[in-house]
Amino acid sequence: MNLVLDSVCKRFGDGRAAQLVLDQISLTMHTGQFLALLGSSGSGKSTLMRLVAGLEKPTSGSLSLDGQPIRGPGSDRGMVFQKYSLYPWLTAAENVAFGLELKGLERGQIRERTAFYLEVVGLLDSAKRLPRELSGGMQQRVAIARALAAEPRLLLLDEPFGALDLQIRESMQEFLHNLWRSTGLSVLLITHDIDEALLLAQRVHILAPRPGRIVQSLSLDLDKGDLHELRISTPFQTLRHQVADTLRQLDRDLP
Amino acid sequence: MAQPDSMATQRLRRLLLHPWSLGVAGIAVLLGLWTLVAGLGVVDPLFLPTPAAVVAAGQEEAASGDLWRDISASVLRVLGGFGLSALVALPLGIAMGTNTTFCRLLEPLLALLRYMPAPAFIPLLIIYFGLGELPKVLLIFIGTLFFNTLMIMDAVKFVPRELLETTRTLGGKKRDLLLRVITPYIAPQVLDAFRINMAAAWNLVIVAELVAAESGLGKHITLAQRFLRTDQIFLGLIVIGLIGLLIDLGFRMLMRRSCAWAT
Ligand SMILES: Nc1ncnc2c1ncn2[C@@H]1O[C@H](COP(=O)(O)OP(=O)(O)O)[C@@H](O)[C@H]1O
Ligand SMILES: [Mg+2]
Repeated sequence: MNLVLDSVCKRFGDGRAAQLVLDQISLTMHTGQFLALLGSSGSGKSTLMRLVAGLEKPTSGSLSLDGQPIRGPGSDRGMVFQKYSLYPWLTAAENVAFGLELKGLERGQIRERTAFYLEVVGLLDSAKRLPRELSGGMQQRVAIARALAAEPRLLLLDEPFGALDLQIRESMQEFLHNLWRSTGLSVLLITHDIDEALLLAQRVHILAPRPGRIVQSLSLDLDKGDLHELRISTPFQTLRHQVADTLRQLDRDLP
Repeated sequence: MAQPDSMATQRLRRLLLHPWSLGVAGIAVLLGLWTLVAGLGVVDPLFLPTPAAVVAAGQEEAASGDLWRDISASVLRVLGGFGLSALVALPLGIAMGTNTTFCRLLEPLLALLRYMPAPAFIPLLIIYFGLGELPKVLLIFIGTLFFNTLMIMDAVKFVPRELLETTRTLGGKKRDLLLRVITPYIAPQVLDAFRINMAAAWNLVIVAELVAAESGLGKHITLAQRFLRTDQIFLGLIVIGLIGLLIDLGFRMLMRRSCAWAT
């Protein structure tokens, strides 16, 4: 997997109402990498994600995956949104199976893969439950299982834990971290949560708002053996404060 | 010290707390008042027949077969007109909800037509199509089409964008969005819209039959008026109400059965 964004700009509307949302975004990402885009709300994070997913077209610049230009959405890039992530009329298992049915896999294979990925996210017990019978964290895990079941080259997560309570959010971060470590997935995570970005990602791009642009890129070589330990360690806290200052400064500089 | 309630008291309490008990009580009070006022003889029985007289009228009509003929005539007209309306409103509403051009083209027109009271179309329909079944079916059709369409359109517009986009990232095409996401997502709202607009259809068929008809519950009422048979008028009104209630309950049951996820 090799994702390359080259001078990507995105403008919405035209004439006087035109708004430049992304300005000259360039970045690359490789197989197995965990990359985070960090920025305050309105900095164009979701737009950038939707460009990678192929749900929007760039105004200028190019995006390519393994040398092929991104032309539209496809199951090689699994996506999980913050809200409305599940089909409410389908059970957890049916949600996971949905994408496999779209792919036209045969029934036995669908059943097998569905069970496998529900197991991966630890929800095999809840296979027959409807989304409304699942907690917010469980719902997001089902959504992740559904994206994974399509066996994508790249997992796109748009503030996947943004709507969860702090406690659950931390355990979900733990979950995602372990999932990434054990599967070698390539993950592109979008978040406005500094801790989340610094804890989970190997590389963090900080986006400044209006127009959205990358102002700083961090490569993190923290010891991620124990996330809980890391959270309270001094180097992490120092880094966290620096990044918080950077973000605050960016917001203050706004016209 | 409080004594533990006996079984009978407990059962009574459960009965009283049942969600339907107040509704049943309301109807019982009205029936009681009616019996009382009619029984006291303070009102001329020509204006207010006793409940017993209405029941007798019902037995008479049921035995002669007239009641069933009138009921089936009205119900068939509603089914025809409303069925047609639903059949047109579904694709039209979905098209308007998914396609901006289509929506901009048709929404002002439908919003305008919606404010024209359907009964006002009766004279035109009679001039165009005479006194047969067609004008009655068409009246119900135009009286419910615009509401059905606009309500379906709204339901479609409220399908979360995230759900549609997730489907596309899973490899879903237009057809999948339409049949496997939009349709199941709006099903409960569509059923609810149909339930509400069905009441309008049921009103319209009676209005149409009051104006001109050979059969039907509306016809039953105008005929009874001619012979000053208030007991028959009461019977007609009660039957109309009961059938409406049954249709409503039917839709609610269908909703619970087929869209349990939304209730
Ligand atoms: N489809 C769109 N049309 C017009 N403006 C949009 C659209 N999508 C996003 N925007 C604008 O782009 C800006 C960034 O939005 P978004 O990418 O959602 O930011 P973030 O996810 O960082 O909060 C916002 O000001 C928003 O109003
Ligand atoms: Mg966003």
